Amino acid sequence: MDSRPISNEQHTMSVLVDNEPGVLARVIGLFSGRGYNIDSLTVSETEHEAHLSRITIVTTGTPMVIEQIKSQLERLVPIHSVNDLTVSGQPMERELALIKVAGKGEKRVEALRLAEAFRAQVIDASTEHFVFEMTGKLNKIEQFVLLMKPLGLVEVARTGIAAIGRGPTRM
Amino acid sequence: MARTMTGAEIVMQALADQGVEHIFGYPGGAVLPIYDALFQQDAVKHILVRHEQGAVHAAEGYARSTGKVGAVLVTSGPGATNAVTGLTDALMDSIPLVCITGQVPTHLIGNDAFQECDTVGITRPCTKHNYLVRDVNDLARVLHEAFYVAKTGRPGPVVVDIPKDVQFAEGSYVGPSNVVHKTYRPKVKGDQEAIRQAVDMIAAAKKPIFYTGGGVINSGPAATQLLREFVRMTGHPITSTLMGLGAFPASDKQWLGMLGMHGTYEANMAMHDCDVMVNVGARFDDRITGRLDAFSPGSAKIHIDIDPSSINKNVRVDLPIIGDAAYVLEELIRVWRARTPQADKEAHGAWWKQIDGWRARNCLDYKPRDDVIMPQLAVQRLYELTKKEDVYITTEVGQHQMWAAQFYRFEEPNRWMTSGGLGTMGYGLPAAVGVQMAHPDALVIDIAGEASVLMTMQEMSTAVQYELPIKIFILNNQYMGMVRQWQELLHGGRYSHSYTEALPDFVKLAEAYQCVGIRAEKPGDLDDAIKEMMSVKKPVLFDCRVHKEANCYPMIPSGEAHNNMLMGDDVSEEELEAAISEEGKVLV
Ligand SMILES: Cc1ncc(C[n+]2csc(CCOP(=O)(O)OP(=O)(O)O)c2C)c(N)n1
Ligand SMILES: [Mg+2]
Repeated sequence: MDSRPISNEQHTMSVLVDNEPGVLARVIGLFSGRGYNIDSLTVSETEHEAHLSRITIVTTGTPMVIEQIKSQLERLVPIHSVNDLTVSGQPMERELALIKVAGKGEKRVEALRLAEAFRAQVIDASTEHFVFEMTGKLNKIEQFVLLMKPLGLVEVARTGIAAIGRGPTRM
Repeated sequence: MARTMTGAEIVMQALADQGVEHIFGYPGGAVLPIYDALFQQDAVKHILVRHEQGAVHAAEGYARSTGKVGAVLVTSGPGATNAVTGLTDALMDSIPLVCITGQVPTHLIGNDAFQECDTVGITRPCTKHNYLVRDVNDLARVLHEAFYVAKTGRPGPVVVDIPKDVQFAEGSYVGPSNVVHKTYRPKVKGDQEAIRQAVDMIAAAKKPIFYTGGGVINSGPAATQLLREFVRMTGHPITSTLMGLGAFPASDKQWLGMLGMHGTYEANMAMHDCDVMVNVGARFDDRITGRLDAFSPGSAKIHIDIDPSSINKNVRVDLPIIGDAAYVLEELIRVWRARTPQADKEAHGAWWKQIDGWRARNCLDYKPRDDVIMPQLAVQRLYELTKKEDVYITTEVGQHQMWAAQFYRFEEPNRWMTSGGLGTMGYGLPAAVGVQMAHPDALVIDIAGEASVLMTMQEMSTAVQYELPIKIFILNNQYMGMVRQWQELLHGGRYSHSYTEALPDFVKLAEAYQCVGIRAEKPGDLDDAIKEMMSVKKPVLFDCRVHKEANCYPMIPSGEAHNNMLMGDDVSEEELEAAISEEGKVLV
């Protein structure tokens, strides 16, 4: 019998797939069909010649469910490898966000001052607005967005997490 | 040198090169080029069914009784959607199939063209894998890959969707030996260290049990032989799931009968009380485990499975071994022989004594009647009169299926074809068509319910056309018996829509199909009627009128533990009331 406490854990998985039509639908269908959570999902071709794409999924579940997710992913035919980065060690995780803030006067100055402190770039501006670009860890972005709320936050676009293992080797 | 041919010719060539002798199908606009190529060759014989669901079930019956990959050919749109139930059935029961579907020409895909549907989208969750072939030069490779994926690892259905322009286009053909799959490499060899540990655990067990499933049968005849050898070497008791019947002979002293919701008392009690459980090719399905937190609480569990995702899915196990059943069993035997462990005679004697005590409950007993045929008696007589024949049994879904599993005794694998995972009413008749196609001289019997069999009855016409003398043995209780039983136990006897008010006269129906109808109404008629059925060289609809309100016992009510079974002989109203918890009621 399972004696481990049944508490949820968040894991980041890196999935190397054959870049063929429908492969993302297979992954997403697996998650929705089996009722697994998707906290974040990113996908892009990473090695053009080898026809490989990398899908990074952040998911939450009990240890038993996390183990299931990994083996269910591995069961999909066009999948090369599934790596639970959280199990292999503290992975490097970054996200890119575009944040639009509109306002005048004090608020506008304060927004720009905070953006500098957070190392966000201004990529578009007028006398009434800024668009900031920012990369970083999840909580840094969340914190910045929170601070922008009273300063005239209009909208946010985020890429979801890209993650990679530490050290010199590939997964 | 690669040869050039049309897409349709490539399909036929690939099927022939994959050793396909029979394909079950139904034509339509989007597969006409393939039907034309089919017409001009003799390597592959086509069986025209009456509904695409029937084609898939027939291919399943064919596959399960031969160990080969079943082949299906259907058209786009409704042809493909009609196949979906069969594909899902094959996925749930791990049956290897390749289903070729026609598709509208590539330039029309996405335009809501006539008879267009998103076949790969619809079948993605109900196949092991699927393909849409957009380039004729990929077609041969994809078809060979499809067969490879269908039959290796944990088997399953694969769909290949081929647009009509690709069927007409010319492209190059490659043979099966030139195709190596890029990513798919199932693990078949079990970990040696784990195998050694398993031998240690089994050798030290005081109350061991083998619990086996369809994986042993899917692995092939070698796995069955090795299972028998190993189980006999150890002398330990063995039970199996519905899917695994026949892997171990039912006549053997070590056999405890099937386990699970309608399994035997001795099998379920032994599962509950064992100290070491050896699961070979079964998946701890909810029909087997009952209440999870009370499932075999004191045992160490070994789980041998080819599919890593079956490990720790429902039940956390102590020792997983990922690999093919035959390979792992062979290694277990080798290590066991080298070790020659000392059996704990005293402990094992006590364990068998406990089991014999459970056996003495005679859990399958039922009250005989001489005015009406008890359904259990009908299966018992069928078994006694046919057991010496070369017999294959298929079933529909319901009480009759469970009585068939309880009372028909299987000595060999691949002789029992039933829809386990999906529980598809309408499976048995077309499955029998497929089995008979593969074994023309065998006695093929579908043990059926009158409600189920009406779902795919039209395949009688297929059986007549191809002179397949299948026997449809209907336990006719006029009720959807299993539904009625649950309504009796869980819904206060309110029999909402489980009685069929207007059934056809099955004898006349048989005549309409130009086959033979036989009816038995009294226990005294039974033997002669069954003998008559066996002597007829045509398809038969056998209308066996049975007790309308008989219930199927023993039963573990949903949400209950193995040691909390309802027995047939002594269920009182109060026990029934108390048996099923509120949480149990929401389960199926
Ligand atoms: C396609 C399908 N629809 C509904 C069900 C639900 N169901 C399970 S058993 C059953 C009744 C089957 O009746 P019958 O074939 O007469 O068999 P019996 O239980 O009477 O032996 C039903 C409706 C099912 N399993 N499959
Ligand atoms: Mg019935």
